[in-house]
Amino acid sequence: MASLSKPKEEMQFIIATDVGSTTTKARFFHRKDGEWRFLVAGEAPTTVEAPYEDVTLGVQNAVREVEELTGHMLLAPEGGMIIPYDGEKGVDLYCTTSSAGGGLQMMVAGLIKSMTAESANRAALGAGAIVMDVIARDDGRQSYEKIKRIRNLRPDMILMAGGTDGGASQHVMEIAELIKAAEPKPRLGVAYELPIVYAGNKALRSEIGELMEEGFALEIVDNIRPVLEQENTEPARRAVHELFMEHVMSHAPGYTKLMNWTPIDIMPTPAGEGMAIQLIANTFEQNVLGVGLGGATTNVYSIVEGRFVRSVSANLGMSYSVTNVMKEAGIENIMRWIPFNLDEEEVASRLMNKMIRPTTIPQTLEDLIVEHSVAREALRLGLKHHRTIATRLKGVQLERTISDMFEQAVEDSYVQMMNIDICAGTGGLLSHAPRRVQSMLILTDAWLTEGITRMMQDSVFMMPHLGVVSTVYREAAWNIFDKDCLLRLGTSIAASGQAKYGKPVMDIDIEMPNGKKLEESLNLGDLKLIPLGEGEEAKVFVEPANQYDIGAGPGKELEATVQGGVAGLLLDARGRPLYLPDEEQKRKELLLKWFKAIDLYPEESLEALL
Amino acid sequence: MVDQETEKRTDNEDKETEEAHAYTPGLKVKKSTSVTKMRRLPLLGEVFVEEGDTVKHEDVIARTEISGDPEIVKISMIMGMEPEDTLRYMTKDIGDKVEKGEQLAFYKALFGLIKKEVKAPVTGTLESFSEVTGQAIIRGSPIPVEVDAYIPGKIIEILPKEGAIIETHAAFIQGIFGIGGETHGEIHVAVSGNDEVLEADMITSEHADKVIIGGCRVTLEALKKAVEIGASAVVSGGIRHDNLTKFTGEEIGVAITGQEEVGITVIITEGFGNMNMSRSTFDLLKEFEGYSASVNGTTQIRAGVLRPEIIIPHEMKVEDESEELAQGMIPGTPIRIIRQPYFGAIGEVHSLPVELQQLESESMVRVVNIKLGEGKVVTVPRANVEIIEE
Repeated sequence: MASLSKPKEEMQFIIATDVGSTTTKARFFHRKDGEWRFLVAGEAPTTVEAPYEDVTLGVQNAVREVEELTGHMLLAPEGGMIIPYDGEKGVDLYCTTSSAGGGLQMMVAGLIKSMTAESANRAALGAGAIVMDVIARDDGRQSYEKIKRIRNLRPDMILMAGGTDGGASQHVMEIAELIKAAEPKPRLGVAYELPIVYAGNKALRSEIGELMEEGFALEIVDNIRPVLEQENTEPARRAVHELFMEHVMSHAPGYTKLMNWTPIDIMPTPAGEGMAIQLIANTFEQNVLGVGLGGATTNVYSIVEGRFVRSVSANLGMSYSVTNVMKEAGIENIMRWIPFNLDEEEVASRLMNKMIRPTTIPQTLEDLIVEHSVAREALRLGLKHHRTIATRLKGVQLERTISDMFEQAVEDSYVQMMNIDICAGTGGLLSHAPRRVQSMLILTDAWLTEGITRMMQDSVFMMPHLGVVSTVYREAAWNIFDKDCLLRLGTSIAASGQAKYGKPVMDIDIEMPNGKKLEESLNLGDLKLIPLGEGEEAKVFVEPANQYDIGAGPGKELEATVQGGVAGLLLDARGRPLYLPDEEQKRKELLLKWFKAIDLYPEESLEALL
Repeated sequence: MVDQETEKRTDNEDKETEEAHAYTPGLKVKKSTSVTKMRRLPLLGEVFVEEGDTVKHEDVIARTEISGDPEIVKISMIMGMEPEDTLRYMTKDIGDKVEKGEQLAFYKALFGLIKKEVKAPVTGTLESFSEVTGQAIIRGSPIPVEVDAYIPGKIIEILPKEGAIIETHAAFIQGIFGIGGETHGEIHVAVSGNDEVLEADMITSEHADKVIIGGCRVTLEALKKAVEIGASAVVSGGIRHDNLTKFTGEEIGVAITGQEEVGITVIITEGFGNMNMSRSTFDLLKEFEGYSASVNGTTQIRAGVLRPEIIIPHEMKVEDESEELAQGMIPGTPIRIIRQPYFGAIGEVHSLPVELQQLESESMVRVVNIKLGEGKVVTVPRANVEIIEE
């Protein structure tokens, strides 16, 4: 536990920073009348690269901006923050996250791809790493190919698993020998030993110790899969975090200094973001699916029945990686969200131009709609990737019921939209969407929410900051999170199933907060938005048609209380899977109908594009 | 940055910023500047030059060796025995040199009726044998790694055991995107103007080893022809996305380039689509036609931006006053618009309103008013312009 400058109840000011790959973002928090609130933001370019090569300069610049905006002195003349607050100047706590210089880049290895290697992958991702490659005995590559790959990678760290305790040994050692033979070199500097965490069969610890004695900084932790039925990622995750601080961060420019400024360990940005999403799940005690849709990466987080899993799609993003979304999704999948005529090559060129000039923003409505179309695909692919990681443990005998066998229904991933109660998003595109209903529909279209789902988003980018604050002061973090960060968009009611276009999907009776009653009947292809403000609740009674499920089973009615938000109550009868005609003209007409039905974009400008 | 803008925002709605610091630095187009290049080995090694030496493009600056590729030989499995029993049948010791085909292990039983042998699959050194897995590792010969000068010039600093810094006086042009690595060749302008498309029939065998300069776009056929006749590089204002995809054989997902093996280096100076090469870039290249240029297509946009470059060493020293422009954007600063609806338009800063303004997309952002060539003033987000540094 970090040592705080004073008891929590006496703390008044907190400053947190996120040292991003391009921008360092400072967020300043204050307790007033017993309540913690967000005060002001300051930003400055990150100074990890030459000629500065010292991240603390960027941190100081961002904090100085906060000082200038508030007149509150924060920076100590000798460097770092003035701690504690003395009634006039300073803060009681400073903490930071970091993803500068590419974040934490890891290679993981295990024996079987879908078992120990998959567990190691989950542990590394959970620790906030970008996983560069997963090496396994059955990964389809020959030994020489794996060696070549390992030699080309320059990871910050390796996590190696393999075998249950007392289980496979010879093949695990083969993997270890392969890594040793490849002589991987660390990314930052040639002068230090590459950290490697061994979290495999405990019977092999001495052999592994001997083999990796030279050339590696070895850390041995409890087995990640002590038995097939159990996954124990926590010791590996903790070791990764410690080695990140000890070996990786200390070699990044200026971090040794930065580490002395804060009593709390520097956390990889995605780890902070993940903690914030966990905060939502823990507070509402519901299943949450969250996303950080960034410029370079898309991080997806799920907390289902208490199980937290993070995935990172390192090359799916809205600026640096925008053309990779096009490459992976296919241009036709981006085009399917555009309701007007635009040449495919023109869209591709615009995206290439965005990639090479990543800081530009859409000025025209046409450009905005193109970016929103890409965002849907980035989110869709991000979730698809997430589902390959958020899986049931493989290698475990499953008990199947008769009905499972009829339906062949044991899905690999347990992240099913009908079980998700809350969807939450953060990242520039979502936070900056000119109309809040735009981010609500983007998330809905991309993830195809089912049943009743609350939708939320980050107001100003501060989830990572609050994540790291929550490690030492949960109440303060939640207070700010609840009041200033977590914007309630509203609730989506979506029926799962698909029949004929235009045929009935569901009837909904809504009792509004003022007692007024609404009756809505929706047919396949309908989308409606009912105004229901932030802090307001409505009672709904949903009767789905036989082929449709709203959460109680096909054709079964459901009664619930739903929450409003800045966008409202979204009634979605577009079918799951989404009904989107193949025929181009019909598809465009339908898209346009949806956009107009919920006032998604300014109508006049939209008409002008047709 | 907060600077004076914040203060003004609070008390004055119609005021304008005198200077904006948050802007996209433009690509450099300089006629006469000092260019330094750090030439560094990936691992420690030997440096062959000394401070004050004059070097040419292909001179080797430093050399090192990285350990050879390892080859795993599953000896116990081939011999059909337990790993712990295998060592005594090894016919080579750890550290021995072995030739490809040479015997590594041998076993015979039943008066020679049963024989088993393992031969080395590659030439190298027997590095290890594991009694747990029964695997041996043969390490191939060390692989030499060399760093050449890339630009002709003078050695101004030695980085002990790593390399050196070379300085030259040159014209320096940055592109926006490129593929292919370092090369050099004589500059040859193949088009009549910056708005002309570089077609295949404009390229002839005379362009072998040359750096071919195009105008607003280069076609796929022209790129293929340039490779066929052995040109060093092609420089063009724009390129179609589908042409680039066909040329490289795969769609570029992330802008980390330079390793493509396409037989040529390609540099795009403006962007994707039909884009007239900026007048100043084109004129500068035209002026230095016949000069030898060092060209590198390597592009990396994330984490430590690297843009492709054309370096043309020359002796003409010209007073260059453009450095001060890098300070910020002020009324009169020459700029280029880098996004729709005015993509590619060139103008100068007319004014910098402080207040956020609503765009057609309804986003509220900081904007800049720009006076275009014909005197028309347009408003665009500050994020969508770049300063012309020339």
